[in-house]
Amino acid sequence: MTQHRTPLVEMKNISISFGGIHAVDNASVDLYPGEVVALLGHNGAGKSTLIKILSGAYKRDNGEILINGEPVQISNPRDAKGYGIETIYQTLAVADNVDAAANLYLGRELRTPWGTLDDVAMEAKAREVMGRLNPNFRRFKEPVKALSGGQRQSVAIARAILFDARILIMDEPTAALGPQETAQVGELIKQLKREGIGIFLISHDIHDVFDLADRVSVMKNGQVVGHARTQDVTKDEVLGMIILGKVPPGAIAGPGAMQTA
Amino acid sequence: MANKTIAAPASSTLKTQGTALQRFLQATEIDTRLLGMVGALLLIWIGFEISTGGLFLTPRNLWNLTVQASSVSVMATGMVLVIVTRNIDLSVGSILGFVGMIMAITQARILPPLIGFDNPATWVIALTIGILLGAAIGAFQGMIIAFLSVPAFIVTLGGLLIWRAAAFLVISGATVAPMDTKFRIMGGGADGSIGATASWVVGVIACVAIVLSIVNSRKQRKRFGFPLRPKWAEYFLSITGCVGVLGAVWVLNSYYMPVNLAKRYAELNNIAWPEGGLQIPLGIAVPVLMAVGIAIAMSFLTTRTRFGRYVFAIGGNPEAAELAGIKTRWVTVRIFALMGALCAIAAAISTARLNAATNAQGTLDELYTIAAAVIGGTSLAGGVGTIAGAVIGAIVMQSLQSGMVLLRVDTPLQSIVIGIVLVMAVWLDTVYRGRAK
Repeated sequence: MTQHRTPLVEMKNISISFGGIHAVDNASVDLYPGEVVALLGHNGAGKSTLIKILSGAYKRDNGEILINGEPVQISNPRDAKGYGIETIYQTLAVADNVDAAANLYLGRELRTPWGTLDDVAMEAKAREVMGRLNPNFRRFKEPVKALSGGQRQSVAIARAILFDARILIMDEPTAALGPQETAQVGELIKQLKREGIGIFLISHDIHDVFDLADRVSVMKNGQVVGHARTQDVTKDEVLGMIILGKVPPGAIAGPGAMQTA
Repeated sequence: MANKTIAAPASSTLKTQGTALQRFLQATEIDTRLLGMVGALLLIWIGFEISTGGLFLTPRNLWNLTVQASSVSVMATGMVLVIVTRNIDLSVGSILGFVGMIMAITQARILPPLIGFDNPATWVIALTIGILLGAAIGAFQGMIIAFLSVPAFIVTLGGLLIWRAAAFLVISGATVAPMDTKFRIMGGGADGSIGATASWVVGVIACVAIVLSIVNSRKQRKRFGFPLRPKWAEYFLSITGCVGVLGAVWVLNSYYMPVNLAKRYAELNNIAWPEGGLQIPLGIAVPVLMAVGIAIAMSFLTTRTRFGRYVFAIGGNPEAAELAGIKTRWVTVRIFALMGALCAIAAAISTARLNAATNAQGTLDELYTIAAAVIGGTSLAGGVGTIAGAVIGAIVMQSLQSGMVLLRVDTPLQSIVIGIVLVMAVWLDTVYRGRAK
């Protein structure tokens, strides 16, 4: 169905190596508007690395990135943000020593006509966004350090959606969260999807993934094993892809697929 | 408004229970760490006042204290930014020495043949050259740190040796004197003070500024429906601020010109020498005004501008700052350039005060500067520190030194005491932070 439209993001034949190790090897993934694509794989399979190339944290060695069909050059996080790509990192990339509003606007501060920081306006907007995301959030004046894991996560998510992202990358967004907060994040993902935002969801919890994702792409040893629509495959088949690299009939094999003898 | 409903629950949390002191601190939003530091400073002062038999808390001593603390205080404000970003600058004393020497050579050797002796522009040219040179040295060191990834400790340790030697080499170790008369105003003393009337004017302007800023911040909070401080807390803060400022002016105005200087002043101005002697108040010294001005400017820079926000974000989580799209390397370069420029201003103050530049000028100042910042609550782990704290730290260091001089403590023992105080201050800070968690 979606296959006839132009993909929002297309990463083609991406490779990157660190000191001779092919962290990502000839990997291709794509993402359509309003779609959630889960990237699955073991630790060290190359999911995070692949996605960091898209978010501008790493520079690819080979391959190309197309956004709305146009080839783009992404060489730093600012470039990525310019294309509406926002990232929520696994490591919760927040500055611990400043407050929530400062983190939300980090790198894109609101300023008064005199060029000074408009803290009050930033705090007002932060209260609004956080009120939508996590109504229990009150601690606007405290450094983020003082917050719980879930609260910090909601700060990180709020930062990503604050600036009208079109492409959202979520690297293990629920890793630090309790069950209730995880459910909240799930709701949020569905809401963002309805708004037409494309989401890359990185996870190694396939239960999460089957609830939220439209498609899965599985990586192993830096290569794409294959991808499939979630309705065409079972959890066990996806597990087989993750662990063995075995591609089930409902999936399309990639370069990393197990060679059937 | 929508904002109001969001802010509403927060205002209820503001009225938390607790002891009267806790409620008071919460209502006034006073930084307890800063309050603790002021308390410690007052304890030190009272301790010295008692042990010196009333020599310490005299207008004369306090006046000298402010002048002596100004050079280190200027550098400490820059050191806060350096340390907040998890760097260190060991070269500030040597940069002070080198830049001071260049400024001295400029005004005593190079400029007089070109534009004449005592040209009114001399001090401006010398100071400008100094600031540019200091900023260039700082930027150069900052680039090595940021772009070549050499640790700041090593780069500035190299700088410590290099610039000290450079200060010697440029003039083969000679002492350059005297300084330009206008330039000397930056050193304080009888000519470098603004007198009683001007001091009161400065004090009143400061009071107006305090009140205006409190009114403005209240207006801003109202605009977005944020919880407000109780009215009495606003009055309390305004009044305390004004009393503090005017009190300081009063103390500085109570220090009169020493007799022989006053006699010369009377002769110069054709005033008959009266029977009881002339009592001419010195008022605020120019270097103190400079230090206060720089402290205010640096506070503004750190809390109200993007640059300051980035400095703290980098200190809190360098990776997050980088991922947020901040050009962390350039911020580092700018911090070190700023530090260099501040060293130049400190150099101007200390060469003007000494009326000479020697190649040993500023020796060990890097340690006093770092100590002032650290005593003032700047964390070496990065991300935490305030300009006001660093200034108080500088005053604490200077108070200890001048108090011990009044007590006739030997120099080696003075160093021992200061060393112990430094370690204790950081230890107390660690304890405080541990509790705060």
